[in-house]
Amino acid sequence: MAKKLPKVDVVVVGVGWGGGIIASELTKKGLNVVGLERGKERKTEDYFMVHDELRYALRYELFQDLSKETITFRGNEKIRALPMRQYGSFLLGDGLGGSGVHWNGQTYRFLPYDFEIKSKTIERYGKKKIPDLMTIQDWGITYDELEPYFDKFEKTAGISGEENPMGGKRSDKYPTPPMKKSPPMKMFEEASKNLKLHPYNSPSANLSEAYTNPDGIARAACQYCGFCERFGCEYGAKADPVVTVIPVAKKTGKFEIRTHSNVRRILYKGNKATGVMYTDVTTGEEIEQPADIVVLTSYVFNNIRLLLMSGIGNPYDSTTGKGVIGKNYCYQVMKGSAIGFFDKKKFNNFAGAGSLGMCLDDYNGDNFDHSNVDFIHGARIGLFQTGQRPIQNNAVPKGTPSWGKEFKNTSIKYANSYLSVGAEGASMPFQHHYIDLDPTYKDAFGDPLPRITYDFEEQDRQLAVFMSKKCADIVKEMGADKIEYLKELGPYDITTYQSTHNTGGVIMGGDPGTSAVNNYLQMWDMENLFVVGASAFAHNSGYNPTGTVGALAYRAAEGILKYQKSGGALA
Amino acid sequence: MTDETKQETPESLSRRRFIKNTGYVVGGVAVGGVVGSLLPFGDNTKKTNNDKKVSRSEAENFNQALMYFTQEQFTIVNAATERIFPEDENGPGAKALGVAFYIDHQLAGDWGFNGREYMQPPFYNGEKVQGYQGRLKRREIFNIAIQEIQNHSQAKFKKNFIDLTDEQQEAILKDFEEDKVKLTTISPSGFFNMLRSATLEGVYSDPLYGGNTNMNGWKMKNYPGNQMAYADMIENDFKKIAPQSLRDHLSQG
Repeated sequence: MAKKLPKVDVVVVGVGWGGGIIASELTKKGLNVVGLERGKERKTEDYFMVHDELRYALRYELFQDLSKETITFRGNEKIRALPMRQYGSFLLGDGLGGSGVHWNGQTYRFLPYDFEIKSKTIERYGKKKIPDLMTIQDWGITYDELEPYFDKFEKTAGISGEENPMGGKRSDKYPTPPMKKSPPMKMFEEASKNLKLHPYNSPSANLSEAYTNPDGIARAACQYCGFCERFGCEYGAKADPVVTVIPVAKKTGKFEIRTHSNVRRILYKGNKATGVMYTDVTTGEEIEQPADIVVLTSYVFNNIRLLLMSGIGNPYDSTTGKGVIGKNYCYQVMKGSAIGFFDKKKFNNFAGAGSLGMCLDDYNGDNFDHSNVDFIHGARIGLFQTGQRPIQNNAVPKGTPSWGKEFKNTSIKYANSYLSVGAEGASMPFQHHYIDLDPTYKDAFGDPLPRITYDFEEQDRQLAVFMSKKCADIVKEMGADKIEYLKELGPYDITTYQSTHNTGGVIMGGDPGTSAVNNYLQMWDMENLFVVGASAFAHNSGYNPTGTVGALAYRAAEGILKYQKSGGALA
Repeated sequence: MTDETKQETPESLSRRRFIKNTGYVVGGVAVGGVVGSLLPFGDNTKKTNNDKKVSRSEAENFNQALMYFTQEQFTIVNAATERIFPEDENGPGAKALGVAFYIDHQLAGDWGFNGREYMQPPFYNGEKVQGYQGRLKRREIFNIAIQEIQNHSQAKFKKNFIDLTDEQQEAILKDFEEDKVKLTTISPSGFFNMLRSATLEGVYSDPLYGGNTNMNGWKMKNYPGNQMAYADMIENDFKKIAPQSLRDHLSQG
């Protein structure tokens, strides 16, 4: 029999950006919130020895221990899903702050087109533009409705940036000025302007200057040390939940964080959630935490898995396309890129910051005419100087062997003399891409692992090749001596890193028949259960997702407060 | 932290001990037998004698002993990694950078045991895009592969791997890379890729892990290692910076 604790107002499952934002907003209004986090406590002081590429980038110091829990994967339904035994394609966050600790800090707003993608695509190109089995749908919210929440997240995090000439309308400028411009960024800027494109300094959660946010949280400026992605920030300059929203919640005295607490079931009676059951992983004890409101704020896979394991919501069925939990799993097409080798130029490639870069949206969303291409949506194209650490960055021109004398000499020669321009390609949902529970493989508690069924489609292949050509044009204009770019997109391969931008599975929308949550991220089937995160995305855009996750979390927090006052369905 | 700690940094301490013990340590090379042949830089010492700084730190480095490999395994890995990352006009190769020690130490820990990876059954062969699906741990793969390097060298050239010429050793490794070695237990190319990655790790990881001796890997590549800030130079053209290791960071702290 599980130990039963006293009831609280709200329990949040997972304390990253989602959980931190919900907790800060709710505790400010006087609600008692318990945050259950299955990983450990984290703080800025932990990163004293953080400039260690091997430990953090290759041995995955900050990530979920796969020996205890992973996912399984198959390219299609005809083959057997097998466990992701080692990291590759994406990296699962763990511990306080979650993936928000090890991100690069590139903080975008999805485009107005994204939120009404189906209507706008049909309006401009007709129904036939959407291929069979592509299951895009509108998000049940517009960009304009979401704008105040984007603004709020950007102010909390202190985003440094300048206006995107091709983005949605802004109610205010970024709270801090853009990041510094390195010589490669200037080259990209000049080259893309020559090509009549519209570059802008990438919005960054690595602070360009010291900043105090509306909650009174003060943080120092970025030092461009070159250790962001896969690392924690030893200055607290990179916005993460641990240095922004979590301390705000804690200060109220109404937020209790319990680390090492792995939530395994959502408990409910009829169509009301009653709390959660979790295991204290240090003792193995099962504990019941009753609550008036339950908020799932873990990563995409675990949000989906908890609903499926608890039997909440209608599970997705790929043969009929009916059901919603697990539907519209999307990823990203990060493969359309070009690399330029410079024989006579050297750059400080070792220096940088996670969101130090120039980018452009001329080929993102529906910012260009798709009449003559066989794909919809697009990609953000950019040059980023995130710090090229030496183990993982050994690019050599094609034809060079991958080891031996020539490899050594060439990789050393170009170490500070190559630049990449990459495309972050949007990912559209298909009827046969989804998440369900694996029938065979289990986690350390004997619970089923989430199973991914996903592969690249013709849409992705067309998009990737189109974008890599555009990237190559820019690299050429930058004056590279040798240029290489993707000519053909292979199958989705889980072994090579692409991005930790997994989305969907508990998608938002305007119709309970085709979506799991409404536009406050409240479950259609259970009014006191909210599911927050990129799991709500009905498709994935050509941008890093965190800006939109943050905005939706603020929207959800407002919804939870409304529900707490007056109850009932919010939409 | 006080001045006291600064006076007694590990560096200054070991430097003094080194100077005091120089004759003794260098004399150790002459001991011969098992111990002598174990010295990793055995035949390399002559080549690097002109670089006093390098051979000094080799001599004083207590980290250079074996946690996992047998002596034979060590010499094979030492030779194989040197072929992957050879000494050249840029600077030292894998041997002088301590790469085989790095790999030995890694195999002794989490990485060698696949400690943070999902190793639960059932095991099925999968598609390439599904990643490694074997039941063997890295240390077991190394055991099998090193033996096979030796077997393949005998089959092809009738000599042990370490007695082959550089070109012959490269031919053996190439056969692994291209899956031309017939094995049922492990994937030859899978092992080769692991060995290649581990070699680059040993060359370029912080020296605290036993490779990248004297930060010479970083120096060759103009990588400055652990620097606190580039804010003052991020807008400028390329600048060469003397590297710092995490140990420097610790003693600054």
